[in-house]
Amino acid sequence: MNVRRRFRWSQVGWGVPALLLLSVQTTWARPTEMHIMEGFLPPGWAIFWFVVAIPFWIIGFRQIAGLIAEKPETRLLLGVAGAFSFVLSALKIPSVTGSSSHPTGTGLGAILFGPFVMSVLGGIVLLFQALLLAHGGLTTLGANTVSMGIVGPLVAWGIWKGMQGKAPLWLTVFLAAAMANLLTYVMTSVQLALAYPDPIGGFAASFAEFATIFAITQIPLAVSEGILTVIIVNALMGTASNELRTLGVQGA
Amino acid sequence: MQNEQSSQTLSSGTVWLLLGIVVLLAVVPLLLHPESEFGGADGQAEEVITAINPDVEPWFEPLLEPPGGETESLLFALQAAIGAGVIGYFLGLKRGEARSVPRPTERDTKSPG
Repeated sequence: MNVRRRFRWSQVGWGVPALLLLSVQTTWARPTEMHIMEGFLPPGWAIFWFVVAIPFWIIGFRQIAGLIAEKPETRLLLGVAGAFSFVLSALKIPSVTGSSSHPTGTGLGAILFGPFVMSVLGGIVLLFQALLLAHGGLTTLGANTVSMGIVGPLVAWGIWKGMQGKAPLWLTVFLAAAMANLLTYVMTSVQLALAYPDPIGGFAASFAEFATIFAITQIPLAVSEGILTVIIVNALMGTASNELRTLGVQGA
Repeated sequence: MQNEQSSQTLSSGTVWLLLGIVVLLAVVPLLLHPESEFGGADGQAEEVITAINPDVEPWFEPLLEPPGGETESLLFALQAAIGAGVIGYFLGLKRGEARSVPRPTERDTKSPG
């Protein structure tokens, strides 16, 4: 007992490396899927969410092409936005409910480049996880893009645009990223409830059931995601304020 | 401009404090649930789906599946490492650029006269 307690407290001291290690360890115990699992959406719904996602991808690709042509100095920053989502969605972090979930990292890209570009970057992250990690899926790529790559970034972008100049920058960034994370999982619950309505209570009962699984697990992670996005935006403002100004990010 | 910018960026002490909060948010659950294995939240979603509709069968299988937890964790670690590498490269590059381009430093602006 004593030994175990000392072991646990020593983890506190290890800090971030321990956090990374532990979150990887938890995945050994039970390989799980964070997004809607491969083959779990009926074909009709799978196609429907692709139809919703594809226009965002097309506009996003055009915007990226325009950005690279007109503002080539922002190319690397585009890579950073994608990389941030890549890192964060690889981190399965323990939560208060005794299960794990991961941040999405889409708030940063939405703030810098807007929701359309982020739908492309989010789609790439999801494609990598679907192809190599059997995490999410190809048939559910459209649905998962809508939740993580479109709804989350739209929320982040809306908060960013709405609160800019009216609140401290850190608070705006924090709320944008944290709410993007939360709403991503609300959207996943909506998608699952639409595909699997409760035989008695219908959509609402089913939604409540899915949402309660994610909600409490997700709140501490949304806070973590908000804080991590504040830290990366802070680092970018210190080192790349010229690029941020080129993108029209106010306060940089 | 310089002043405006520094008023918006956080002090390094604040950044460390924030990182500490993130670590605590992940470590405290480990202390709260000593017996839990911290499985993913959507394993539970799968259970709810089968509870609502017991006949649900996935109609498509992943093309490639990591053979086991070890390989899966390797790929997750790789994903995090690639992303962290890109971010680190960018921040390092920008810091180096800022240093090599002569700019009014704090010492210049503070110098008397």
